[in-house]
Amino acid sequence: MKVSACFKSVLTTTAVAALSAVTVPAHAWEPTKTVEFVVPAGSGGGADQMARAIQGIIVKHNLMKQPMVVINKSGGAGAEGFLDVKGAKGDPHKIIITLSNMFTTPLATAVPFNWRDLTPVKMMALDEFVLWVNAEKPYKSAKEYVDAVKKAGANKMKMGGTGSKQEDQIITAAIEKKTGAKFTYIPFKGGGTVAVQLVGNHIDSSVNNPIEAVAHWRGGKLRPLCVFDTKRMPYKEKMTDTMAWSDIPTCKEAGLDVNYLMLRGIFMAGGVSQDQVDYFVGVLRKVRETPEWTALMNKGAFNQTSIEGKEFTDWVAAAEAEHVALMKGAGFMAGQK
Amino acid sequence: MDALNSLLDGFAVALSLTNIALMFAGVILGVIIGVLPGLGGANGVAILLPLTFSMAQTPGGQTSAIILLSCIYWGALFGGAITSILFNIPGEPWSVATTFDGYPLAQQGRAGAALTAAFTSSFIGAAVGVIVITFLSPIVAQFALEFGPPEFFSVYLLTFCAFIGMSKQAPFKTLVSMMLGFALAAVGSDTVTGTLRMTFGTATLLTGFDFLVAVIGLFGIGEILLTLEEGLEFRGASAKINLKVVIQTWKELPKYWLTSLRSAAIGCFMGIVPGGATPASFMAYGVARRFSKDGDKFGEGVVEGVVAPETAAHAAGTSALLPMLTLGVPGSPTAAVLLGGLLIWGLEPGPLLFVEQKEFVWGLIASMYLGNIAGLIVVLTCVPLFAAILRIPFSVIAPIIIVICAIGAYTVHNATFDIYMMVVFGVTGYLFKKLDYPLAPLVLAIVLGDRAEASFRQAMLMSQGDMRILFENGLVGSITTLALALLIWPMASTLWSVTKKLAAKDA
Repeated sequence: MKVSACFKSVLTTTAVAALSAVTVPAHAWEPTKTVEFVVPAGSGGGADQMARAIQGIIVKHNLMKQPMVVINKSGGAGAEGFLDVKGAKGDPHKIIITLSNMFTTPLATAVPFNWRDLTPVKMMALDEFVLWVNAEKPYKSAKEYVDAVKKAGANKMKMGGTGSKQEDQIITAAIEKKTGAKFTYIPFKGGGTVAVQLVGNHIDSSVNNPIEAVAHWRGGKLRPLCVFDTKRMPYKEKMTDTMAWSDIPTCKEAGLDVNYLMLRGIFMAGGVSQDQVDYFVGVLRKVRETPEWTALMNKGAFNQTSIEGKEFTDWVAAAEAEHVALMKGAGFMAGQK
Repeated sequence: MDALNSLLDGFAVALSLTNIALMFAGVILGVIIGVLPGLGGANGVAILLPLTFSMAQTPGGQTSAIILLSCIYWGALFGGAITSILFNIPGEPWSVATTFDGYPLAQQGRAGAALTAAFTSSFIGAAVGVIVITFLSPIVAQFALEFGPPEFFSVYLLTFCAFIGMSKQAPFKTLVSMMLGFALAAVGSDTVTGTLRMTFGTATLLTGFDFLVAVIGLFGIGEILLTLEEGLEFRGASAKINLKVVIQTWKELPKYWLTSLRSAAIGCFMGIVPGGATPASFMAYGVARRFSKDGDKFGEGVVEGVVAPETAAHAAGTSALLPMLTLGVPGSPTAAVLLGGLLIWGLEPGPLLFVEQKEFVWGLIASMYLGNIAGLIVVLTCVPLFAAILRIPFSVIAPIIIVICAIGAYTVHNATFDIYMMVVFGVTGYLFKKLDYPLAPLVLAIVLGDRAEASFRQAMLMSQGDMRILFENGLVGSITTLALALLIWPMASTLWSVTKKLAAKDA
């Protein structure tokens, strides 16, 4: 009995091995079960929208044989999501979309996490930040506005933003450092809320992403002053009667030398093989070629830089160093007074 | 009558055979989602969102897609009441207030009446909400813009104050319960400073205590423990149940027109602001109790106590779609997912949506009328079926409930830790009931504590710590005053009756 059972199992193993050798080409890895797509932010926000768009594109164009589910893990300013993927070392069935909180959250809260715990896959795009004021206010340029903030006196003007010690507040701190103006920064839960608070004149300015504020701009309620990028946005289609995204000057042109872009990138858990990374790079490349993706990029006036491999890893390392410097300068590091 | 014409066009769009089929499918799915605790409307809509992605590419498909998703939303709003009434387990956050009187009614054998009252009130609330959206959308959207942090805080304060005096237990016990809720709500990441609070360095506490896990434990598991102690039997199981109960309850309902009207007004206000359906249901229950002739009987099983929160929750849930469409600000988690859907389909919520996507918007509004009628038909015909669940022996149904509760608790964050938390909350709920501490203030504080704290601190940042910001303009000043009046009134009226008695004695 024992011998025959043993023999049987050897036989099956050989059979399975032979079978798999035939059906699966040696070089390619493919998911064998449902892939989890972790969003380290709440539902409805920018990262969530992009993740769900990617998922929708993959389903519609049948880019993956296995299903993909989007899971929001927003606890602790995204730490929940990052720790989840960090803990899944070697698991190729988990990917995560990142935003700036990949750098800021561990720095501000000392949660034991670093991007090196993950495997960089691909930068999908960079999100722009624009300085917005209410259209009823007289400020026509960034310079006029900053002068008004200085004239009003310290803490008199209110800058609204998403979260605390995250990208919006970092940009605010950078503006203060460059100009000597002093804002009262008021943190809200989401970018959409910030834009509406600005329309309602409860705050004086915001640094909303284009997609968060575009509806109010087109509705004539908000005015963009400048974009925090080194060059103007390329989108020439008229969004209002007179202006396109490309008509918004860079902040540097407007006399406010501050740049900030936010990474929208895809990462995997640590300890995965190159084959597995290559598989997702391939899928994501196809995602970027679809018309739906182009539509999303146009809608949100994204910076469409997309890199992968070593170039991407180097970019992330440089961005991390930049964030450490910015956070230290602003006094946002954990334990820093 | 521009709105009326647009609405008729909308009906023409919504009334296609496919769309009506989608409506019923959506409502049925939504009811199932609403019944399962943990799997909320937001999750349900999120799961189905990718499916609608290809649907939205076809001409007119965007309207079909939003009809499907919004009908899931209506279904979930209806479904949340079912388990609240039958098992004291709120399927959705806004159904918590429904348990206060709905469950006692079921225990008295009047589950059918409670369910009918809940569904009918839901329908009326939603209908009022849709009418407001149809005819008042431009004015109302403008009103929502008036709300900054101080205004939001005053609204939350109003909810707490409307609710605080209502508890029958000793005020001290209410206070203890509420403070415990505030403490639990504070665990996790703090929006205003970005730091972690009370996580004790563990990753499991990062997410804080989710309201749903607490509610599933406190109400669901707690109730089962109590029933276990009192002998393995569901009270009220012997009730006769048939479709007549619907007609009988309908005869009773017109008596509560004033409560309905008040609750619908509260709901619309909270939905548009947007404060959310959960605070709306609590506030409506508190207010109804205060103004009702039978105020003392609230909590023992009166139909009016079911009517108030359900009307308000639906009026709020429906009108919450208005700020989402016109301002891009979601009034509820489900609205947030719907908002993401709109953006993915290439629609842009905002002031121009009503101008540029007329057909879509009015198709959606028309589908709200039709979807709610579909919902009412589906749930009312199922009343005897739902109520019959109570006839299943406790020894069979209890393990099923526990399993569903555990799945629900797990689903919230996909975390096993939450199942343990559910058990801990269950024991807490049991002890609270044994020691006669009220659960409602604890739950209310977990739901709103976080938001109330954030808006208070945002307001204080704005005013540089000056409390006068809470009376800064007519709007915030009157809400704050109303809140304080509601807080002081019970004390004042007690004092008044005492002095009157003393005066009578003297004379």
